[in-house]
Amino acid sequence: MAELITYRDAVKRAIAQEMRRDDSVYLIGEDVGDAGGVFKATKGLLDEFGPVRVRDTPISEEAILGAAMGAAMTGLRPIAEIMFSDFLATCWDLVAVEMAKTRYMTDGQVTLPLVIRTANGGGLRFGAQHSQAVENWAMAVPGLKVVAPSNPHDLIGLFAAAVRDDDPVLFFEQKSLYPTKGHVEEGEIVEELGTAKIVRSGTDVTIVALASMVRRAEQAADELAEQGISAEVIDLRSLVPLDATTIIESVVKTSRLVTVEENPRLCGWGSEVVSLVAEEAFWHLDGPLTRVTTPHIPLPSADALEDEVLPSVQRIVDGCVKAVS
Amino acid sequence: MGASQPAGDVDPSTLLPPAEPVHLLDPDGTYHEDPDHPVDLDDDQLRMLYRHMVVTRKVDREAINLQRQGQLGVYASLLGQEAAQVGGAFALSEEDWVFPSYREMGAAVTRGVDTGKMLHLFRGTWLSDHDPYEHHFALYSIPIGTQALHAAGFAMGAKFDDNPIVTMAYFGDGATSEGDPHEAMTFAGVFKAPVVFFVQNNQWAISVPLDQQTAAPTLAHKAVGYGMPGHHCDGNDVLATYAVTRKAVDRARSGAGPALIEALTYRMEAHTTSDDPSRYRTRQEEEEAAKTDPIVRYKLFLEKEGLLDADLGEQVEAEAAAEATRMRDEIYEAPHGDPMELFEHVYVDDTGHFERQREVLATELAARDGEVSA
Ligand SMILES: Cc1ncc(C[n+]2csc(CCOP(=O)(O)OP(=O)(O)O)c2C)c(N)n1
Ligand SMILES: [Mg+2]
Repeated sequence: MAELITYRDAVKRAIAQEMRRDDSVYLIGEDVGDAGGVFKATKGLLDEFGPVRVRDTPISEEAILGAAMGAAMTGLRPIAEIMFSDFLATCWDLVAVEMAKTRYMTDGQVTLPLVIRTANGGGLRFGAQHSQAVENWAMAVPGLKVVAPSNPHDLIGLFAAAVRDDDPVLFFEQKSLYPTKGHVEEGEIVEELGTAKIVRSGTDVTIVALASMVRRAEQAADELAEQGISAEVIDLRSLVPLDATTIIESVVKTSRLVTVEENPRLCGWGSEVVSLVAEEAFWHLDGPLTRVTTPHIPLPSADALEDEVLPSVQRIVDGCVKAVS
Repeated sequence: MGASQPAGDVDPSTLLPPAEPVHLLDPDGTYHEDPDHPVDLDDDQLRMLYRHMVVTRKVDREAINLQRQGQLGVYASLLGQEAAQVGGAFALSEEDWVFPSYREMGAAVTRGVDTGKMLHLFRGTWLSDHDPYEHHFALYSIPIGTQALHAAGFAMGAKFDDNPIVTMAYFGDGATSEGDPHEAMTFAGVFKAPVVFFVQNNQWAISVPLDQQTAAPTLAHKAVGYGMPGHHCDGNDVLATYAVTRKAVDRARSGAGPALIEALTYRMEAHTTSDDPSRYRTRQEEEEAAKTDPIVRYKLFLEKEGLLDADLGEQVEAEAAAEATRMRDEIYEAPHGDPMELFEHVYVDDTGHFERQREVLATELAARDGEVSA
């Protein structure tokens, strides 16, 4: 029996699933215990697992990741929470320079099986310093895996895969998705990292989307259908590893590509997808490779303004029409 | 020189905070003179401290209301911390600079910053924030502790220019765990920057209490590690926060370097309007803390000294109410800007690529609006 749960509750269920299964998994972060997380995504975990395995820390992102990295070296499987993904910038040395390089620089002798969870992206009017979609920062660093689920089911399955993976994984929870719901079956859920999902098949244009943009891409596909355009929607799910096969196969079929990205324009993840397709599927293309992104500006916090600049269903439709015509 | 030689030229014991926090006013308003912390204020200035605290409390309450009415995205109340903020900021000269966190409405009121403008940040109105250069009051810092670095850097810059100003960074007990204030204090100590680090220890960092934040005897003790004096005071005693800050500011201005102040207070409200403190602290604790209300205590003092009668009290209340109404009207009337303006202040000059994106968005919005009206 599948149950309808929120993305927020999926986080809790995913963490609990992995902590029950494996004693070496623990959670560390700011306000994750008594408060249950500022997004209430870790509520109840302290009660079930106790203060040793669910650990509130002083406010130091650098020390949280340092603790996670050190613990991972001892063989534990830490889950570290960075409250807002913007704050990854305060501890980026640990992520990009230390964690990402450790396995490589020790000839594979030291692995860091840890997960960094973080609330990413806009949509909640938190303004320029608490709304950034930074998945493309992480994607630019060799040695990191980068995951961003779009729905409760995938969140649990990909989270489990991230915890069980031996590389450091950056796990982006899109914060405007926390209240959204989806069906999730009972029992353990584990998926595979690096597998994109075709969430809707079509023949005229391939839309590649991530996290909160997936739902919008599906809505755009509905509108396009009314105009007689058949769109295939791919939920990328993870940026590293990137499921190039699914993307290329789809474009070979549709001959057109549109990426839908929440990140600001320059060097957004879609530019990688677009260049991949340009190189590998060029002779199959029948239209301009098109990117729908947030402009290259910091996000505003006023509701109306934020909505104007994040990719809307209408802008996705327009992008697809442009790619097809 | 031997490797074990201390780097500093000061006796560490002279940097230690006092055994007891500096406290000049009893809860019943009785004043104790302390020769080390003189209060050099005239009667008007003493009344002004009261005025600032009362206005602060009123606009703070009104800001919470505005958030509840959907006018602000979020708001961080400073209820209970009025004496810490007002006393501290009052010790600065007009030319000095304040580098606030996100909870510093009391410091803003003291500096004369337009309270309505302060709230635009929480409303998300585009292009309507206060001008930091007008009252030497920097942008609210929401990433924890970063303002300590800005304050130290600004002080170093001013010193380089022989500009005799002092900067003051306000931050919280929780912020002392971040690297940023630590690194700021290290620099300030080494470069003898004229900066005062003012910690409002309100006992909580969202849900984390002080004893889970630090193992230090007091936050003021940390000063010794940076080679600067540590001050410890009752943060709900506005005369103590004023006098202690004044001492630190004068010393910094004289060229003797930075200081760290810990003002003991209590966050009487939730962390922000999005927070529910019943998840992590008891009502009883909150009720105990409310007994140390800084405004009540100061009012008793002024009355004892014959500086405040019923008329003046009413006048101050009326002024506070008028300010809150003015702020409220400004927020209610503030329009949300034009999305095209969002491009205006990202770069000084537009790059070619950037210009293209502005055009793309303009075209998309025009097409959409055309459709809506069609
Ligand atoms: C770099 C960074 N990490 C975490 C946060 C989330 N956060 C916002 S306020 C806060 C608590 C700060 O506590 P404290 O310094 O005591 O200041 P107070 O809120 O009590 O005034 C935290 C953890 C943040 N804004 N920035
Ligand atoms: Mg605090």
